[in-house]
Amino acid sequence: MLTFTLRRLLLAIPTLLLISLVIFLLVDLAPGSPASEIPLTVPPEVREKILEALGVNEPVHIRYLLWLKQFFWVEPLNGFDAVFGTNYAEGMQRIISYQSRSPVFPIIGERLPQTLTVIGTAYLVGVLIALPIGIYSAYRQYSLFDQAGTLFAMIGFSVPTFFTGTLFIIIFAVWLGWFPTKYNTTLEVVDWETFLAQLRQMAMPVMVLGLANAAAISRYMRSSMLENMGQDYVRTARAKGMPERTVVLKHVLRNSLIPVVTVIALGIPTIFGGAIITENLFGVNGIGAALIQAIRGNDLPMVQTLAFIFAILIVVFNLIADLIYGMLDPRIRYD
Amino acid sequence: MTDTNTDLRPPETLRSAVWAQFRKHKGAMFGLVVLGLLVVFSVLGPLVWQPEKLSVAEALRSKNLPPSFAHPMGTDHLGRDQMQRMMLAGRVSLAVGFVAMVIAVVLGTLIGVLAGYFRRLDGALMRLTDMFLALPLIPLLLVMVMLFRDRVAGYIGPEMGAFLLIVSAIGITSWMQAARIVRGEVLALKEREYVLASRSIGATPKRVILRHILPNVISPVMVAATLCVAEAIITESVLSFLGLGFPPDFPTWGRLLFEGLDYMESYPARVIFPGLAISLTVLSVNYIGDGLRDALDPRIRGR
Repeated sequence: MLTFTLRRLLLAIPTLLLISLVIFLLVDLAPGSPASEIPLTVPPEVREKILEALGVNEPVHIRYLLWLKQFFWVEPLNGFDAVFGTNYAEGMQRIISYQSRSPVFPIIGERLPQTLTVIGTAYLVGVLIALPIGIYSAYRQYSLFDQAGTLFAMIGFSVPTFFTGTLFIIIFAVWLGWFPTKYNTTLEVVDWETFLAQLRQMAMPVMVLGLANAAAISRYMRSSMLENMGQDYVRTARAKGMPERTVVLKHVLRNSLIPVVTVIALGIPTIFGGAIITENLFGVNGIGAALIQAIRGNDLPMVQTLAFIFAILIVVFNLIADLIYGMLDPRIRYD
Repeated sequence: MTDTNTDLRPPETLRSAVWAQFRKHKGAMFGLVVLGLLVVFSVLGPLVWQPEKLSVAEALRSKNLPPSFAHPMGTDHLGRDQMQRMMLAGRVSLAVGFVAMVIAVVLGTLIGVLAGYFRRLDGALMRLTDMFLALPLIPLLLVMVMLFRDRVAGYIGPEMGAFLLIVSAIGITSWMQAARIVRGEVLALKEREYVLASRSIGATPKRVILRHILPNVISPVMVAATLCVAEAIITESVLSFLGLGFPPDFPTWGRLLFEGLDYMESYPARVIFPGLAISLTVLSVNYIGDGLRDALDPRIRGR
């Protein structure tokens, strides 16, 4: 297990490097670079100075290596300094956003909690809805409940979140007036009042994302349960007179959860991508909204960094899913 | 066991067997009908439904009309007939879905066959597939469209440019599933006796692949292709929804929804119709894919 973990970690490094190169080159070689933003009337020597100030006059491989160094060395050092009050990173060049002229990472750090509260709650809600639906659908296969669940899952797969989101806004915010249409990022939870306000403004984005996730996870849960229901050990458990509850919720559920847990882990990075839409629709000021702002503003360092963070999330959670699968299922042996 | 074949009906062809199984799937038939209606609505609709052209003064008076007999879906903020725009948008949305699917499937099949058939290419191509699977697709698509839109538009015009850019961007970021499925199938198929027989009489790899392997991977590819259409339509509407898709004069369903957002509170119909169109298309395509999977699976068919 340990060797497998180490091998997978080592394999993840070249993958990440390759991805970082792709992201860097795609964004860097695009026509919308800062050089094309400078008016042609600017004299060439001033132009040279501007480019130098932006740090884009070096050849591309040097800039790539510098960016890697900033991403993996300078920024973590800065984080270390901020936490422990040291100053190891003093004088080192950080990744600077073109838009705000300040380092990229503190901006992301400010945005991240917004994303995590909304997305994290949404995923949790989605899982909590999905598991009972999947379990009961499988237990009563082809029943009315199961068919309703199938329909719900199919709709959840097919209706894009931006449409469910707009529908929710129209129904719950405009017609019924239960929830605010826009998320208020500046709201601070200090007492019961503000806590309720926070709950109300989170309700819609959480429901939209939660339902979309619940659809897929409930399907996996159902098929995994069905696979286990027909196994011999289930018949044995019933034959020796175990209550039905224990058979289903202890024996079958435990074994069926193994693949579902990996699916849940695999789904985490994709919801960050999906959150871009929800954040924009509801005005949640998270990293998804930051990415869209950066793209609109041609803020290349910000775009590169955010896209690479998304990629790291995907690779890391793939790795976690693999490891969890190996740990939970003793039949899987990697070495 | 020599003459059990007393049944005089003509032997069942594969195609009719698949169709018979497909028809049993209620969802799939529903999907086929709905998708058919949507295609007719967008492809033939604009030929039949041609609201009269309005002068600027008339258009100003007829803006933001609710649904009526003359305008079944109302008019938009510039007095344009919403139903005609829905039809034209449907053409683009469906075209994006199908063209992107074709690109993704061709690319995926090519890579899958190469990886499955030629062992030397397998490792490299599968690492490439893994890498593409780990790319954050929506952010990258947004970046690609945003950064390259003006450049491409300069060469072939804003509309065609946006179409080609979006279609190829979606196509080259969604071939991975098809490639994995095809590779798996090819790995199993190439060990079969008939492939060995074909190779032993001196068939070139090209002939073996084209004559013996490709026809046998068609069914899983078809299922992957339907899912790809659904995915591509959603991706395009996400791009349009974020305002980074097609130019404003070139409506797609996602774009109409995006434009409707500003008027959502007063005229919800303007958001609901395009949203419904996207959802129904994707839903029916997914159901068709479901039905195809059942119909093409010999273990389920004929039971």
